[in-house]
Amino acid sequence: MLAKRIIPCLDVKDGRVVKGKNFTGLKDVDDPVRLASFYSDCGADELVFYDITASAEGRRLFADVLKSVAENVFIPLTVGGGINSLDDFDRVLKCGADKVSVNSGAIANPALIYRAAEKYGDQCVVLSMDVKRVDGRFVVFSHGGRVETNIDAVEWARFGQDNGAGELVVNSIDTDGVKGGFDIEMLKAICDVVTIPVVASGGAGGIPHFIQLFKNVNADAGLGASIFHYGETKIDQLKLALRNAGIEVRL
Amino acid sequence: MIAIVDYGVGNLFSLTSSLKKIGREGVVTGDADILGRADGIILPGVGAFGDASDKLRQSGLFDVVKELASNGKPLLGICLGMQLLFERSYEYGEHEGLGLIGGSVVPLKDYVEGLKIPHMGWNSLDIIIKDNPILKYTGDGDYVYFVHSYFGLCKNGGELVATCRYGRDVAAVVSRGNIFGTQFHPEKSGGIGLKILQAFCQYAEGGYVC
Repeated sequence: MLAKRIIPCLDVKDGRVVKGKNFTGLKDVDDPVRLASFYSDCGADELVFYDITASAEGRRLFADVLKSVAENVFIPLTVGGGINSLDDFDRVLKCGADKVSVNSGAIANPALIYRAAEKYGDQCVVLSMDVKRVDGRFVVFSHGGRVETNIDAVEWARFGQDNGAGELVVNSIDTDGVKGGFDIEMLKAICDVVTIPVVASGGAGGIPHFIQLFKNVNADAGLGASIFHYGETKIDQLKLALRNAGIEVRL
Repeated sequence: MIAIVDYGVGNLFSLTSSLKKIGREGVVTGDADILGRADGIILPGVGAFGDASDKLRQSGLFDVVKELASNGKPLLGICLGMQLLFERSYEYGEHEGLGLIGGSVVPLKDYVEGLKIPHMGWNSLDIIIKDNPILKYTGDGDYVYFVHSYFGLCKNGGELVATCRYGRDVAAVVSRGNIFGTQFHPEKSGGIGLKILQAFCQYAEGGYVC
């Protein structure tokens, strides 16, 4: 049986991992290569790296980090952050990424999804979306959740799928960093309309939140950052608890 | 030395890194002489079948790989590389494969209902034929990482070594003599995957003895 995946997310800035609350107040956590190996040993099913630097120097450091991780950790690696063109896809794939996640780049240029899928295959293209409630509607935000786009999240998810995205990462701005649980209502609205895998993100604060997610939503994976970085929740314990709750996981 | 066939398809960084990790030299090459000298050959691949088989032909390696494997050279096809071992594929039209494994490659969506496509993630192995050389260190129920939308339908029962369950039994490992294929990515399947690569290398280095 296909297992539900647990995915730690590492935001990388200047070669270090950071994670903020509601996207602000970044705090240094750990060395990416060490953290990645640690997670892989604990049973993480995949790793997501977001490059949150904009400078050329930051990009170079990120490429170095990615290469070292890919040389030492043999689970799937997804890379996001600053992906605006096919050249950006190429740049990170060459450093060992397996999947590339586009967010603002796809909002600015929706054809990027199709063109990347055509060139690298659907399995390589992940559409990542930051979603927030605005007047009772689920709306996509760009630029790390700072800019409202007026794009309907459910429509955008469907557009991504129809244009060749092989997976969605759906992040709730409303629940991100709050640790009160995943945004079940919003995730359900999206999972109900797509037939590609969905990674749920934003709000994980403990083991019960993951159980609640997989019991209520047809999501394929749960993503977390600070919850794992600070050791509040151990991945091996989380997966054991999921299995005990009747949820298929890789142990 | 293990040769990784370079025909302009896919990302070979992880594959070479994983061979290095198990203490093997993986040479990425499109040179027929180097392929001929290698202990074993790995045929990687991502993307679409038609495009990949065209590229393999254009690079002149289609016949080289087919002939070497037919003459006993250990060959491991990974993911699309495994699908290329089959006789044909029905991914966007009909395309001829290497014909080293009997059967054809067909769309998952026509065979499973209500499941997400691609089949992406960790799935557990059901080993049908025990004692296959590349599964020397692998047990029933071990999880490996899959990403695919098409799958191989084996014609000959004896060539289907392991399956996984995704709405139906899906070919995960196929094999005929010195020829092996994994639908999953051993280079992305953690310690279990590294052991499969190691077992293939050991088999290849052993002088083609089954």
